[in-house]
Amino acid sequence: MATKYDWPAAEDRSLIGKRHNRVDGPAKARGAAKYSYDRNLDGMLFAKLVTSTVPHGRIVGIDTSRAEKAPGYKGHVNILNVGDEVQWAGAEILAICADTEEHVRDAAAAVTVLYESMPHWVKDEDVEKAGTANRVQPAKDDTKGPDLEEAWKSADATVEGYYGLAVITHCCLEPHGQVVDWTGDDITVYASTQAVARIPGDLAKGLSRDENIGTVAPDSVHVITPYMGGGFGSKFNIDTWGIACAKLSKMTGKPVKLMLDRDEELMVAGGRPSDFGNIKIGAKKDGTLVAYESETWSTGGIAGRGSPPVPYVYNNEERLAQKARHLNVSTNIGPARAWRAPNHPQAAVLTMCPMEDLAAKLDMNPVDFFKKNADLTARPEVYRYEIDKCAEMIGWSDKWHKRGDSGSGPVKRGLGMSLHTWGGRPHDSTCEVRIQPDGGVSVNMASQDLGVGTYTTLSVIAAETLGLQIPDITVNIGSSKLPISGASGGSTTVGGTTASTRRATVNALDELKAVVAEALEADAADLVAKDGKVFSKTDSSKSLSWAEACRKLGNRTITGQGKQPDRNGGKLNDSGVGGVQMADVSVDVETGIVSINKIAAVQDVGLVICLEQCESQVYGSLIQGVAWALYEESIYDQTTGKMLNPDMEFYKLPGAGDIGELEVHMVQNKYDDRGVIGIGEPPAISPGAAISNAVANAIGVRVPTLPLTPDKVLAALADA
Amino acid sequence: MQNFEYIAPNSAIAAAQALSPKQGLTAVLAGGTDLLSLMKERVETPTRVVSLRNIAALRGVTKQGGGLRIGAMATVQDLLDSKAAAGYASLLQAARGITAPQVRAMGTVAGDLLQRPRCWYYRNGYGLLAMHDGKALVPSGENRYHAILGNKGPAYFVNASSLAPALISLGAQVTVAGPEGERSMALADLFQIPSSASERENTLEPNEIVTEITVPSASGWKTGTYEVRQRQLLDWPLVTASVALRMRGNRVSDARVVLGHVAPIPWRSSEAETALNGQAANESSGEAAGKAAVSAATPLSQNSAKVQLATIAVKRAVAMAG
Ligand SMILES: Cc1cc2nc3c(=O)[nH]c(=O)nc-3n(C[C@H](O)[C@H](O)[C@H](O)COP(=O)(O)OP(=O)(O)OC[C@H]3O[C@@H](n4cnc5c(N)ncnc54)[C@H](O)[C@@H]3O)c2cc1C
Ligand code: SF4
Repeated sequence: MATKYDWPAAEDRSLIGKRHNRVDGPAKARGAAKYSYDRNLDGMLFAKLVTSTVPHGRIVGIDTSRAEKAPGYKGHVNILNVGDEVQWAGAEILAICADTEEHVRDAAAAVTVLYESMPHWVKDEDVEKAGTANRVQPAKDDTKGPDLEEAWKSADATVEGYYGLAVITHCCLEPHGQVVDWTGDDITVYASTQAVARIPGDLAKGLSRDENIGTVAPDSVHVITPYMGGGFGSKFNIDTWGIACAKLSKMTGKPVKLMLDRDEELMVAGGRPSDFGNIKIGAKKDGTLVAYESETWSTGGIAGRGSPPVPYVYNNEERLAQKARHLNVSTNIGPARAWRAPNHPQAAVLTMCPMEDLAAKLDMNPVDFFKKNADLTARPEVYRYEIDKCAEMIGWSDKWHKRGDSGSGPVKRGLGMSLHTWGGRPHDSTCEVRIQPDGGVSVNMASQDLGVGTYTTLSVIAAETLGLQIPDITVNIGSSKLPISGASGGSTTVGGTTASTRRATVNALDELKAVVAEALEADAADLVAKDGKVFSKTDSSKSLSWAEACRKLGNRTITGQGKQPDRNGGKLNDSGVGGVQMADVSVDVETGIVSINKIAAVQDVGLVICLEQCESQVYGSLIQGVAWALYEESIYDQTTGKMLNPDMEFYKLPGAGDIGELEVHMVQNKYDDRGVIGIGEPPAISPGAAISNAVANAIGVRVPTLPLTPDKVLAALADA
Repeated sequence: MQNFEYIAPNSAIAAAQALSPKQGLTAVLAGGTDLLSLMKERVETPTRVVSLRNIAALRGVTKQGGGLRIGAMATVQDLLDSKAAAGYASLLQAARGITAPQVRAMGTVAGDLLQRPRCWYYRNGYGLLAMHDGKALVPSGENRYHAILGNKGPAYFVNASSLAPALISLGAQVTVAGPEGERSMALADLFQIPSSASERENTLEPNEIVTEITVPSASGWKTGTYEVRQRQLLDWPLVTASVALRMRGNRVSDARVVLGHVAPIPWRSSEAETALNGQAANESSGEAAGKAAVSAATPLSQNSAKVQLATIAVKRAVAMAG
């Protein structure tokens, strides 16, 4: 049923779906945008963590006496105590503060922690060895679909292979942390967070556990995060360091800054679980997939993690016989956090790579093979369309060849592909839109812009609804005092915030129309806000400019409220998208070095609000994908239990020269009726599988695990 | 960073006199691109830092005799910009490999030669020999980037300088100043494989500084450097090789082949040189030289790929020279 809240029809959209520059771009380019790390308050103290130097042990002594005498020392709070167990190197033990950054480093270095060491294990790929070390938790079998035995019998071709990908980290460029200013009963927190509205409760709860502090009301906490430097799923909570920072602020009566150092960021504040597995997959001669069987294992730290959703995308439970068994390897490494589309990138590697291997065995072009089986996916027509579109963008029909580039010279070229899916349902959101007598319009909610474009999308919605331009709108987000909106994770923000903003803006406009109707002696139902005017669509003489219309408010401010969800608020959003990516790579078979020529990505997200920001999410995903496909890996030493590369040298990321050409196509005007769907996760899923498949196509053999480093490429070639 | 005293004398002798004869107490500061990170990580904790920035005599890249003189404080960018260095193809190729403009602008040539190993055990505080509870960590540990030659122990790290292989292959000499005066030696002799924890990877006395590097004329030589690089972004190569070939007619009469990132020192390969001498400089002699260069390689548990990379680096360096 149509409602007044519905998105404008395609022909009535002047801003939605178009290309718009990021409204916060100039502030960021000028350095005027203040991130949490940039906050330097008067009299502010600097805090630093003291972390565990052993991967597993019991704390038997904490000696801070030397630190307390260090120049500039102002205080410390324990996070763990004597008797507590540490489960990974880098675990937070205490936070210490001093008057300068240099002093606090010296003071932290003067703390001595003694441990009674306990056995540790940091390796995940060799599951047998991990088993011998008693680190493998019992397997669980998950069987679905037609009879597996029968399915294997009906298969004309099967592939059995080993695939996997290493633990990586989030590697946020702005590390985790915050500045806390606790003055009287007010606690102001400049937090680097994905969840402005959630932090007050989280911090209050954490503080209230300390009997010396007593009950802290969430409402006394004000979180301020206008800009944020990357989270990728790792910044939803206040964390131990946030609570410690607040305690230090209370203790010293001064604002305190505690931002993690790069090594801490990489060791304890981010981690995407690994996944390794033996996969068996089978199809009939004509390419029809019939069975998929997996035994996988992975680690997400000491607590392990859930199993990857395999088979991925191609998982119709009526037609595809499936059996999955997953083993959890418990390791003394920093704990896993949600990483952009949790479990999906792994599942894509464990599915799309065996699928391309099977296509090669069947002597089929992967494009035909993936399309042929599209009926096993939840959205056959979407994927078929996207595969064709993506193939056109990468030049598949001209460039694709059978496994192994037969050209001369050491540099081989190849193409590979992968498909993905994600939900991206909207989170809950409340919005207040204000229209001021001077014509000013503001959108207000406790959401946050992680750098993805929330300021811009909300400006577009309000401007489109009111017939104004983007600069006419002020967006106030990044403060927990504003109407509550959800955490930004799981691609839920754009769907939730645009819906609440649309509804709030329509409601505010209704109030304005009532005032204007009276002034113009028109029927409010006839009034339209468009092109900077409010006018009657039946009588063109009845028209006011936006400023004149608002002046009619006298000294009253209109506040329009909007919510997501809202049963009577129209269908503004949805969940469930598909995407296809294809990679074109070159591999030097003498050195094993892989370089990216091009990656093409096609993505549907229902209704695109801001084309440029939407594409930017895909570009970012592809760059991040090149990183984990070719370079990134957390490397641990078994003897010491330490991460050896918690730095930007050996924790390798690509630079501009390493990412090749990227081409992105957002599907528009096809699925717009579904409304808005999130874009943060979906494009981050496929790059690894697509690049791995392209390498296999180039060199004729599968490099089993990511990252596809030269040593692994050479080893795969030598084994062939 | 531990507190330290900072001084910046204006002569090499004064700088040497300000340095302690005891290892580790004082440090020489050039561009600081390596030293400062070591100090921040508390891997180096000198109590006095002696900066060479005020010593004008250490600057400049100039012609000298028929050859080249590179002041210790000349930056990598100075080297690239200098007309005097134009004839030294392999050296410029190596300098260009240092892709970060920031590092080229601040990092000095002597600093590049004397940069400490990138070994992650060393950088994480386990010492140059990477020991833990009396046990060497590298042989059974994470050694994918470690040495494949000269790795009998106790040192397993690799020398990370890209300029050293090129300069050594060009026959460079180095001059060092101590509290009592100067001495010169072949650049290759600046490096050593430490045999105990009390030794470093270079032969400088703790109170000596490098003042200049001189390179004989390269005329009559074909030179080339090939670096195996995993990525374009600021990074060191995985393996590098520099060759200098003196030609008689179309045959090699004198070959010098020096590899980087394969051993605790820049690794001169007499085997590769023998394979090239008397041959034409082409793909097949390059390949033979590459294989010869690793004939004595003893890879560790995870770094056998570097054997292949070294072979290819030599082969391609010969091609670059030819
Ligand atoms: C991101 C990055 C990428 C890099 N990539 C490469 C690369 O690809 N190839 C490569 O070769 N290098 C590379 N480097 C290393 C870089 O070239 C060196 O850090 C730089 O050249 C060191 O010069 P500096 O003047 O800054 O030395 P400093 O940091 O000042 O000193 C380095 C060391 O040398 C000693 N020292 C310096 N000068 C003298 C002297 N005259 N006498 C005695 N001792 C001295 C110092 O005491 C110190 O131990 C890279 C560095 C970075 C940060
Ligand atoms: S990250 Fe880049 S811009 Fe920032 S300090 Fe390092 S080199 Fe400079």
